[in-house]
Amino acid sequence: MHIPDGYLGPQTYVPLYGVSIGFWAIAQNRIKKQLSLKHVPYLAMAAAFSFLIQMFNIPIPGGTTGHAVGAGVIAILLGPWTAVLAVSVVLIIQAVVFGDGGITAIGANCFNMAVVMPFVSYGVFRFVKGKSEGGPRLAVAAFLSGYLGLLVAALFTAFELGIQPLIAMGADGRPLYAPYPLSIAIPAMAVEHLFLFGIAEGLVTMLLLKYFLKHEHNLVYALSGLSKTG
Amino acid sequence: MTKFQKKLWIGLLIMALLTPLGILLPEKFSAEDAWGEWGIDKLEKLLGFVPEGLKKLTDIWKAPISDYNFGGEGASKAVRVLSYIASGFLGIGVCILIVFIISRSISKHGK
Repeated sequence: MHIPDGYLGPQTYVPLYGVSIGFWAIAQNRIKKQLSLKHVPYLAMAAAFSFLIQMFNIPIPGGTTGHAVGAGVIAILLGPWTAVLAVSVVLIIQAVVFGDGGITAIGANCFNMAVVMPFVSYGVFRFVKGKSEGGPRLAVAAFLSGYLGLLVAALFTAFELGIQPLIAMGADGRPLYAPYPLSIAIPAMAVEHLFLFGIAEGLVTMLLLKYFLKHEHNLVYALSGLSKTG
Repeated sequence: MTKFQKKLWIGLLIMALLTPLGILLPEKFSAEDAWGEWGIDKLEKLLGFVPEGLKKLTDIWKAPISDYNFGGEGASKAVRVLSYIASGFLGIGVCILIVFIISRSISKHGK
């Protein structure tokens, strides 16, 4: 899901830089109010976790690969704004140091995986869990949170790639950037995330939440008083 | 550091040691790049041409450790596996560093 350099034209990557920078500014303000020294190590761990989980490429035999992102579970455990920051840090490191995702596409990739994903995941979790504070309903909420968060992020990515042939065409009528239209990009990204990568993300989210509930119940942001004040 | 945090850090270090699964499994199942992340050569094979704008932007940045591989193209499997693990540890280190820098600047402004 890391869009490389060259796949998006400036009409797409410039505005998405703007959007992501806006979210970073809000995230910084939100976190300023809530960040206590106690949380800093968890923020670092969240970033490290997201970095590592993304290294586990899952193969579709004879096809493509994909991976979980961890943004959903970070949003549940530490809050969506913290997830924005943690996953953005990871995506920037990946692009700058490892060439994973383009430099021009940092805004787009952060928007998809570090903004859309944590908020969708967080919203789904809160919605599905309802008033329950434990039990199987919480596990289902966590699974769906990771699953749908990654799926929606993949759809945003597919949309950004798929509109390129519509908005940027050379004089010869050939696409200038990502070549495949929406009719190909959306199904390709949707299917692989529906049937494989989304399930991986859902399981990771569910198991980690379970672990935290067992050992450090008070830490879980989505179940704490903090989540009510925003 | 609390006992719980210590456990989590150990978990992350174990994860870093296991990362090579993320390159070995795709190789075993002959799975290639993620959708929409093809290199120039692969793209030319798929389309018969390389889009003009894409060609211009593709090499805009030369990452120091491209593809999590210290050995460059044509590196042996052993080098790639060790590079991948080293990249995992490096990633942990850089994440910690940046998060502490950001947290410091945020909390300074806050107080």
